[in-house]
Amino acid sequence: MSQAAVIPQNAPEVWKLPSRGIVGMACLILAEAAIFLIFVVAYVYYIGKSLSGPTPRDVLTLPIFATICLLSSSLTVHLAVSTLHGDKRRLCSLWLAATVLLGSIFLGSTALEWYHLIYHDGLSIRTNLFGSTYYSLVGLHASHVIVGLLMLTLALIFSLRGAVTTRHTERLQVLSLYWHFVDGIWVVVFLVVYVLGR
Amino acid sequence: MATQTPVPAVLDQTTSTACRPMWLEVLHDWVTTVDHKKIGLMYIGYALLFLVVAGFEALLIRIQLAIPNNTFVSPQVFNRLFTMHGSTMIFFVAMPVLFGFGNYLIPLMIGARDMAFPRLNAFSFWVSAFGGLLLYFSYFGGSGLYGAGSAPDVGWWAYAPLTAKAFSPGHSTDYWTLAILLSGVGTIGTALNIVTTVICMRCPGMKLSRMPLLVWIYLVMSLMAFVTISPLTAAQIMLMLDRYLGSHLFDTQAGGSAVLWMHFFWIFGHPEVYILILPAFAFANEIIPVFSRKAIFGYPAMVAATVGIGFVSLSVWAHHMFTVGMGAGANTFFVFSSMTIAVPTGIKIFNWLATIWGGKIRFTTSMMFAIGFLFQFLIAGLTGIMLAVAPFDWQLGNSYFVVAHFHYVIVGGILFMLFSAFYYWYPKMTGRMLSEKLGKWHFWLFLIGFHLTFDIMHIPGILGMPRRIYTYEADRGWMIWNLLVSSGAMIQTVGVLLFVYNLVRSYFKGAVAGADPWDGWTLEWSTTSPPPSYNFAVIPSVGSRRPLWDLKHPEDPDNNYE
Amino acid sequence: MAIGIHDFALPNVVHGKTSIFSPDATPAHSIFSLSMLVLAITLSIFLVVGGLLLYAIIRYRERLSDPDAAYEPAQIYGSNQIELSWTVIPILIVVMLFLATARVIYSTEHAPKPPSALDVTVIGHQFWWEFRYPKLGITTANELHILVSDPRHPTPTYLTMSSADTNHSFWVPRLAGKMDVIPNRINVMWVDPTTAGLYLGQCAQYCGTQHAKMLLRVYADTPAEFVTWVAHQRQPAAQDSSVAEGRTVFEHNACISCHTIAGTVATGRFGPNLTHVASRSTIASGSAPNTAANIRTFVDNPAHFKPGALMPPMHLNDHDLAAVTAYLTTLK
Ligand code: HEA
Ligand code: HEA
Ligand code: HEC
Ligand code: CUA
Ligand SMILES: [Cu+2]
Repeated sequence: MSQAAVIPQNAPEVWKLPSRGIVGMACLILAEAAIFLIFVVAYVYYIGKSLSGPTPRDVLTLPIFATICLLSSSLTVHLAVSTLHGDKRRLCSLWLAATVLLGSIFLGSTALEWYHLIYHDGLSIRTNLFGSTYYSLVGLHASHVIVGLLMLTLALIFSLRGAVTTRHTERLQVLSLYWHFVDGIWVVVFLVVYVLGR
Repeated sequence: MATQTPVPAVLDQTTSTACRPMWLEVLHDWVTTVDHKKIGLMYIGYALLFLVVAGFEALLIRIQLAIPNNTFVSPQVFNRLFTMHGSTMIFFVAMPVLFGFGNYLIPLMIGARDMAFPRLNAFSFWVSAFGGLLLYFSYFGGSGLYGAGSAPDVGWWAYAPLTAKAFSPGHSTDYWTLAILLSGVGTIGTALNIVTTVICMRCPGMKLSRMPLLVWIYLVMSLMAFVTISPLTAAQIMLMLDRYLGSHLFDTQAGGSAVLWMHFFWIFGHPEVYILILPAFAFANEIIPVFSRKAIFGYPAMVAATVGIGFVSLSVWAHHMFTVGMGAGANTFFVFSSMTIAVPTGIKIFNWLATIWGGKIRFTTSMMFAIGFLFQFLIAGLTGIMLAVAPFDWQLGNSYFVVAHFHYVIVGGILFMLFSAFYYWYPKMTGRMLSEKLGKWHFWLFLIGFHLTFDIMHIPGILGMPRRIYTYEADRGWMIWNLLVSSGAMIQTVGVLLFVYNLVRSYFKGAVAGADPWDGWTLEWSTTSPPPSYNFAVIPSVGSRRPLWDLKHPEDPDNNYE
Repeated sequence: MAIGIHDFALPNVVHGKTSIFSPDATPAHSIFSLSMLVLAITLSIFLVVGGLLLYAIIRYRERLSDPDAAYEPAQIYGSNQIELSWTVIPILIVVMLFLATARVIYSTEHAPKPPSALDVTVIGHQFWWEFRYPKLGITTANELHILVSDPRHPTPTYLTMSSADTNHSFWVPRLAGKMDVIPNRINVMWVDPTTAGLYLGQCAQYCGTQHAKMLLRVYADTPAEFVTWVAHQRQPAAQDSSVAEGRTVFEHNACISCHTIAGTVATGRFGPNLTHVASRSTIASGSAPNTAANIRTFVDNPAHFKPGALMPPMHLNDHDLAAVTAYLTTLK
């Protein structure tokens, strides 16, 4: 048995397996979801356990506008994918640009909120348990928004330069999956921090 | 049907060793490689290096504990030793070596030419590798260059609030969290790669229900990694926020909870130990049938048991916390969930037994290690059941009985099965056989050393000796047992040294293996040893669980029984 | 350190000073009986499964004399009945084990507290134990005095535990299982020793450098002994004019910021209460016997017995050191 055996070719007619990009992204999302879960648990566990103020009730306001922006960006990114699939490349660039814009508005409003909290309300990550959990959870989400925005901007640049074709639909779709995930997480963060936590 | 043609020489570049490359070229080749086999070998080599380092730390621990009131090392050094020993063994020995074998074997076993994301694969390896180096750099830089020699000393669970700045000044704990964080990132990357490879890269005919059990188990284990390594990563991020930015997530002075960290750690920690044992089961599933000359008994049950273990193990973490005062309700819940794990695990044990039953056992070194594994895992699982009996654990927890339990699983189970895997796949990886003569010496020495160390170690636990103590009073009656335990560790060392010698010697002088030295049945044996960089000259296609069996026994192929 | 054959004798193992197999209080007893049941069950499982394994590897080994060496044995792929049986039998065993366990958990954790119970507050410190008797107004360290409990008139001791810094764990194997001592959290356990005497134990949760020398001594006193002990502990510190100089040294050094001596200006809480330090038989939670020489060495350089202990070396000159040692030894 010193020679390598070659397996006979009795291949079944149809042999189709799922695409790598989507499976990989699904795995990543699963792993990231677990990370977020832990941060959410920490947040919920520490609700009302701070030894000193300020409390969420004192300082948090509902970020309705930012939420609307972020959630609608899910729609725009979806449109970008489907227009690319239909080979309408200019439209795709447009929808990508809209997504980047909406995401940036969200990020900007988070930045504003933090600025306000730090300089007006005196709430920093060191202040109390609320500060610690608030900044870590919202910050973790914001960092994901940043990563997503960077990728989307990259896609936008390629698209504007005409380098994105229908061949890339699947890749864009993988990216859009990530972005949907970031949006979905925001719903959870929103409910936990701004609704349950107040 | 059964065609036995050699790989066409034109396709096979591995044999063309006309001009030998310079060492710099070789180095460059390895550092930049994205080939799953080379990455797998790098994982394995890296883990072996750390096995020797962490084993050396264990030796120092054992020397210190051999007699009471010993002053061989100071308490500070002792605490660093067990922290580094535990962290290294888990994160930089066990994890990389298992991923190394997975990396090497999975594409070969499913008839693929590489992993799904080769560059991610290389990235994951280098990130984990860097993590290990960072951990060891703390020996030099833990408190700035003045405080050379201050490694982390918080134990491998790093319980809060001991890790807070107030109790762990300096940077050694920072190195620890960073190292673990990086190892976690690498693990998730590799797990992602494995899942995608298994789902998307199988060769034609390789249905999920035909995959070798090893591949199944790595699939389950990788899926588990997403939901268990990530919590650890999250917890490390929080700890870093606490230490660098001054947040209070685990700061008991500011109302934070020490128990929260325990939960986070064990939500990772318990499934982690199953992530470690599952690959050992995976090796057993491949090796035991081949050396018993019988198909694995109850393939579907084995898959179901693996999935079952995966699920149940997510719900048992607090059996490491029976003594934190969770209350009777929570305690009973975790008693029950921990015990249910015995059922799927038992199915595995019994199926292996049934595989051997009626077979024709070949006592190669590989099989001997596998048989050792069966007995030792049985015992270790039963001591696990004792610990799962919460009241019993109130006595045994944090004593040397626990240390004995988990070394019994990890050394007696995982390490034995790893050695078995080395003897089994080394020929495939290098093209040379490991010396069986040295192997038998290695087996017997390690077996004796193992039992001397870890059988005896249960006794001081029963006599009330807590773990993580650097010394003990002479009047407690623990000395004689500790002396025996320590001498066992010495014998183990000789065994491991022999093994390393065997690895090196056989690489140059071992008998040439050929493609299929064990008369195996899975796809990796259908290509040359070592396989060419593209694995298969022609992508194979399979019609059953044991494609090579079908080739060798066309009169009685496997697909009749699926 | 001579080792004799008797070291291995079973009675020696079982009756060790800290053996979990020589219980002497209700919680430890119920754990002991449960553990015997568990050991019996697991041992039988081991014998059955291990026996079958051993049989299989001997019976089915490849024999050199095998006439048709080339043939493979019959391939058997599985059997539903057999597999079902080795799923169901373990389930039954698990259910049984679980029920037995749950009973002991509830009977220990939910035991009704009799009004005659003694209350002690336990505070874990890096690396010593503080014991307070809130109803008796006593504070002491490292050596716990409790009442022997007569099963007919039980006087169990309830320990209410918390930590001042990191996690610790209170473990006296012959009395009960361990219970963690965690900052920001209160845990309760109870013990009721049935015979008078000394019970040993130690901290069982890694808590820092000197985790190993955070030993515990629990004295189970008869009611008469206990009353005497309490009366003595409630007195302020002994006043002995022959060691007045030592007291002055103590009062004029940093000692007072960490230690309390009732009846003096020393009210520190960071270190053990020294009011009756000389009445204890060891110092620094069991690191050394309580002798004048050891106190002197310890005060001069705590790291001599206990490197990493949180008391700094006090750098007293020889004269002061002698004086303060003499003073401390009078604090009976
Ligand atoms: C590879 C790793 C591995 C594996 C597989 C296991 C397996 C098990 N372990 Fe272990 N364990 C560890 C690694 C592992 N453990 C480590 C590392 C620690 C300590 C970490 C630390 O503190 O540092 C630990 C600690 C630990 C504790 C905590 C002790 C303490 O700190 O107080 C407990 C408590 O319940 C426990 C229980 C179990 C159980 C019930 C199993 C079960 O899975 C065993 C199941 C197997 C069998 C039961 C045998 C086969 C079954 C049959 C033959 C069927 C018939 C049997 C019955 C019906 C009972 N383990
Ligand atoms: C993969 C996991 C793994 C492995 C393989 C081992 C292997 C061993 N372990 Fe380890 N151990 C842990 C994981 C592991 N351990 C963990 C997680 C902890 C808990 C840490 C904590 O509490 O935080 C622990 C804790 C631990 C303790 C308890 C320390 C304490 O609580 O105070 C002890 C004590 O005996 C010990 C001993 C040993 C021994 C003797 C071996 C032997 O089997 C090792 C055999 C291997 C060798 C001996 C290597 C060979 C060495 C050489 C070839 C070098 C020779 C070179 C020269 C002489 C120059 N281990
Ligand atoms: C910074 C705080 C601090 C100062 C100052 C200090 N001690 Fe201590 N002392 C401690 C601590 C903490 C312990 C417990 C050490 C241990 O067991 O780990 C201790 C233990 C002791 C003990 C043993 C007590 C026992 O019950 O076992 C004695 C005696 C003692 N100190 C005497 C002194 C004297 C005398 C001085 C002054 C000259 C002094 N200490 C100053 C903190 C201090
Ligand atoms: Cu206190 Cu260990
Ligand atoms: Cu566990």
